[in-house]
Amino acid sequence: MKESSTVTSVGGAEIPALLSVSPSPHIHHPDTTRTVMLDVIFALIPAALWGVYIFGLRVLWVILVSVVSAVLAEAITQKLLRRPVTVADCSAALTGLLLALNLPATVPLWMCAIGSAFAIIVVKQLFGGIGKNFVNPALAARVFLFAWPESMSFFTAPGARLGLFDFSVKADGVDVVSTATPLASLKTGIIPEVSIFDLAFGEVGGCIGEVSAILLIAGGIYLLVRRVITWHIPVAYLGTVALVTFLFPQGGAGATFMLMELFSGGLMLGAFFMATDYTTSPITPAGRLIFGVGCGLLTVLIRYFGGYNEGVSFAILIMNTLVWYLDRFTRPRVFGGGKNGKK
Amino acid sequence: MGEKGKQYLRQLKEGILDNNPALIQLLGLCPTLAVTTSVNNAFGMGMAATAVLICSNLFISLLRKFIPKQVRIAAYIVIISGFVTAVELLMKAYLPELDRALGLFIPLIVVNCIILARAEAFASKNGPVASVVDGLSMGLGFTFALMLIASVREILGAGSFWGIPLFGENFRPALIFIMPPGAFLTLGFILAGVQKIRNTLSDRRRMDESDPDAGEEENK
Repeated sequence: MKESSTVTSVGGAEIPALLSVSPSPHIHHPDTTRTVMLDVIFALIPAALWGVYIFGLRVLWVILVSVVSAVLAEAITQKLLRRPVTVADCSAALTGLLLALNLPATVPLWMCAIGSAFAIIVVKQLFGGIGKNFVNPALAARVFLFAWPESMSFFTAPGARLGLFDFSVKADGVDVVSTATPLASLKTGIIPEVSIFDLAFGEVGGCIGEVSAILLIAGGIYLLVRRVITWHIPVAYLGTVALVTFLFPQGGAGATFMLMELFSGGLMLGAFFMATDYTTSPITPAGRLIFGVGCGLLTVLIRYFGGYNEGVSFAILIMNTLVWYLDRFTRPRVFGGGKNGKK
Repeated sequence: MGEKGKQYLRQLKEGILDNNPALIQLLGLCPTLAVTTSVNNAFGMGMAATAVLICSNLFISLLRKFIPKQVRIAAYIVIISGFVTAVELLMKAYLPELDRALGLFIPLIVVNCIILARAEAFASKNGPVASVVDGLSMGLGFTFALMLIASVREILGAGSFWGIPLFGENFRPALIFIMPPGAFLTLGFILAGVQKIRNTLSDRRRMDESDPDAGEEENK
């Protein structure tokens, strides 16, 4: 929003846009798409740096390729579709970053490029661009990349320290040691042999940006304080997962199992950064609570009974498709109107 | 070529391009999505459906004056399922491999909406020869659509065409394209492409038509 500096030309005479009339409210707010996106990117940086530290410098390439191809894909598609090029709002860069954080450190770099292109071109631009995609682009791209399942489920042990020039890492266990993620053992009902602190800080195998629960929570709190997100979705989501896993543990004591489930996998990343995406989450507080509970239930159900170890991506994507209905279902009553806004 | 021949040619073009059952009428999408995992399967499915279409169109057209209006749908289904059973048994006998690959989708041709739609919309109102041509054109159109989708899916999802590997050993096919999500993605892109081509063509036709008018006005 740079109205104050723009100048419109009417009938040859240049008048400042200050005089243009727009609908109320007329209070100026400094937030723009760009500041919101930069806030989210800023909140993700600690978790991303932790990924670089724990899995090695190769992670920098994964992030770089994902971000650059997302931005390029957005610029090229918008040029081709003759739309205004809006890469400066940083939303494409954020999509690229989120995708990179959802990939294993050994992922081939061409997959990063394909994933980013899919997220931006198919999921975002073909549905109308920013604010019009019906599911989260980064998550949809991650699920699309399961087209190459062996690359998507190959996790290095923490401390693998892949070098800056390890461009292609063979997923055959020769170059790097693969590891079972905590989720894989939780699935079979066995409490993994990592301490809860290692799990929370991120001394475990997993996707680049999902391992450090503590840093993700810190980023989430930053977003809450900056009022970029509201508390409804993360609290409902994490609360539901905590409650269900505490009441119905698959193995071990309820409390231990619950903490293990909370701190493993992409749950924190999903709850704070993916489920709260403006476009694909409900706008009403009640809708957001239902959305969070739905995500939590689906996540636990997929973790317990599904084919994959992790259910966060699928849970959020499924709930994304219900957002239009949740918004309609929880529409606030119009003051002076009857039930459901009817007279 | 007589008047009739021209009409049959027009029918053929209609079924394969202008009024393609799968790509334009969006009929029979269930097999379109399900069996297009390989070009071979798509061809087999298309041919089986074409055979049933031609036979059912012919018999329904011949019997159109004897079938009472009130029970016509039931009568059509009886005729169609007779031919489907014949095709199924023939495939089991002579093409057991293809039959195994297509599985349930061969008996499901009975409820394929293309066949019932042609019976109701065409064969019940037209003579036997025109109905056979209609069945052939719609069947070929369906086969063409299936093979188009299957080519994209097989090349991307398995790296081969009609079972022949196209790329080197280092090519890693995107498995998702031979899984159900790939079917929807491919169909979506192909439908969008078809609509784009149709819009461009109709725009061009409209311009061609309006151009002489514009010239006339200038002359006035």
